[in-house]
Amino acid sequence: MTDQTHSTKPSPEAVAARAVLLGRARWGLPEIAFWAIAFGAFFFMPTKLSLLSEIAILGLLALSIDLVLGYAGIVTLGQGAFFGIGAYAAGLAAKYGAGAAPWSDPLLGLLIAGAAAGLIGLLTSFLVLRGSDLTRLMVTLGVALIVDELVNQMKWLTGGSDGLQGVLPAPVLGVWDFDLYGKTAYLYALGVLFVLFVIARAIVKSPFGLSLQAIKGNPLRARAIGMPVNGRLVAIYTLASVYAGIAGGLAAQTTQFASPDYVAFHRSADALLMLVFGGAGHLYGGLIGSIIFRAMQDYLGNITPQYWQFWLGLTLVALVLFVRGGILGLFAKMRDRVLRKGEPA
Amino acid sequence: MFRRQILKGMAGATASLALASIPAFVAPAFAQETVKVGLILPMTGPSASTGRQIEAGARLWMAQNGDTVAGKKIQLIIKDDTGAADQSKRLATELVINDKVAVIGGFGLTPLALSVGPVATQAKVPAVIMAAGTSTIVATSPYFVRTSFTLPQNTAPMAQWSAANNIKTVVTLVSDYGPGLDSEKAFKAEFEAKGGKVLETLRAPLMNPEFAAFLQKAKDLKPDALFLFVPSGQGASLMKQVGERELAKAGIKIIGTGDVTDDDQLNGMGDALIGMITSHNYSAAHESPENKSYVSAFLKANNNMRPNFMSVGGYDGMALIYKALEKTKGDTDGAKLLDAMKGASWTSPRGPMSIDATTRDITQNVYIREVKKVDGQLYNVEFATIPNVKGSN
Repeated sequence: MTDQTHSTKPSPEAVAARAVLLGRARWGLPEIAFWAIAFGAFFFMPTKLSLLSEIAILGLLALSIDLVLGYAGIVTLGQGAFFGIGAYAAGLAAKYGAGAAPWSDPLLGLLIAGAAAGLIGLLTSFLVLRGSDLTRLMVTLGVALIVDELVNQMKWLTGGSDGLQGVLPAPVLGVWDFDLYGKTAYLYALGVLFVLFVIARAIVKSPFGLSLQAIKGNPLRARAIGMPVNGRLVAIYTLASVYAGIAGGLAAQTTQFASPDYVAFHRSADALLMLVFGGAGHLYGGLIGSIIFRAMQDYLGNITPQYWQFWLGLTLVALVLFVRGGILGLFAKMRDRVLRKGEPA
Repeated sequence: MFRRQILKGMAGATASLALASIPAFVAPAFAQETVKVGLILPMTGPSASTGRQIEAGARLWMAQNGDTVAGKKIQLIIKDDTGAADQSKRLATELVINDKVAVIGGFGLTPLALSVGPVATQAKVPAVIMAAGTSTIVATSPYFVRTSFTLPQNTAPMAQWSAANNIKTVVTLVSDYGPGLDSEKAFKAEFEAKGGKVLETLRAPLMNPEFAAFLQKAKDLKPDALFLFVPSGQGASLMKQVGERELAKAGIKIIGTGDVTDDDQLNGMGDALIGMITSHNYSAAHESPENKSYVSAFLKANNNMRPNFMSVGGYDGMALIYKALEKTKGDTDGAKLLDAMKGASWTSPRGPMSIDATTRDITQNVYIREVKKVDGQLYNVEFATIPNVKGSN
């Protein structure tokens, strides 16, 4: 398709477009710093590794919502369903695969988690194509509630309300066992997050990613210029559910159990909240949102175990009132202001 | 202009919050003479009342007995797990690694306790279960000890009483999770061994239960009695629907475990409950000097909140930790503390209790009670005692 145009002789427009795309894909200094700090945290926050791996996992879930909401404009309250499917898939693989060498391997477990969630994502994506924002919200919520109830009722498989116990994944790459301090868990979760982030970044900066943004901006016009709108939406929705499934798989492996709480509605809502908090449509929004959300919960929860939700809620309301577009939106605004000052009037 | 100032203020607030949170990331210096006890409780979310009661019970023990044992100062750390098992596990890990606690305790629900088991085993830190009631939990880690109760312990006496009091047929209705199934199994086994017949075992989902259809089914079966179990906190909504279905008028006696007639909510459940028979390990109306002073001190310290069975779990949990520290002369080694806890016995507000030396589970009296109005308030008034019932075998 695109290859045909510049396999003969690239037109000046194609060259320019290529330059734009490559420019967008370049890694900036803040990005490199972000990941350096994330990996560095392993050394300078050794006592908080369990919390940090939880943040990495929630960040991945929020990232998966960013893919559908921030880039394709699909409002979803059901991402927790895929998270839960992934958690139970990886949990069951580790539980019943214990001893049978390859099956309890964590990386294979993640593949199983991603595949299971992706399959359900693919099947339900056709429902999401129908209707407008509000209908989509209802459909995703409905799917999540069905999965929640299935987990609750299929006691023989999932352990019901008591949760899935005895999830014992093999050491990562056959070497690093999951330890009490969460060292393996953090590097493992962060490593997986980083790899998936790089892939997501490449996807959203590609022509495919740009076409998604066009669809988000105006689906009718996108269709009019010949974009396969439905196909693109199915693709990104399925990809996002694979991401959420892998996040769930990570959660089940690092905490070594799965419970209906992983499928519960508040998981989807929390992740959406984190994304809005950080700013949707930047990829980093979900990551930064989950860091701040969890750090605040931990900090406030230590001061006032009973009333931390109040202060967290208050901060959220203030943020939504005064800072549109989340924390990254605030940064973007400040950067614009500085740049504008530098320009001659 | 005004808007810009607000923005600046917000940025400042965020920055200072970020700075303020730094100390939280750095483990506080560990003073040798303090012994830290970490309680992991659901302080928010649907099980918040359990957390509130246990914290109040634990704090009351410390207020009455001082915060120093065997020359060491006791520091209580409360963590909110919101009732989510992954949080319980992470908080347990952090308490052990960062705060270097000598004992962890709390655990509002069975899955929360189960998730903490591996941490206690790995870190060799005693974990005192102050609420969760599934019988099998204690066996999952050699460091578990229980000061609450188990469902079979509280249920079997109800079945014995029913069989002896002219109840021939029963329908059971329980919440569909570990403790509920424990309770159903214990009732059926004991009741049928005594010659009764369980017509039907109904199970309502734990989350967002809708009892109406189950109650109608129970009514249609026309048993002599309907046995109920739901966890602490769900009793009010269940009993409201029991009242609406007029089961008592249809000649069906309502029986259950004391979880249903939870002291925390009982007074608000209405007069329809009068006459309900339950079996349980604790009632705020228990007749003893220990309980009189416990209840009055509890009401005073907690803005007139009535203590329930969860609160004594926290109170006796602290009692057990204090007794163990006295016995080890302040040594906080996990294995030594655990040994000191095994076989401990004392008189609690609930009556005499002890920790079984082999199972590490609780042995205590179970009481048969009737809901009655005393001084204008509803209470579970005890009228029979089954002494020294074991928590698990």
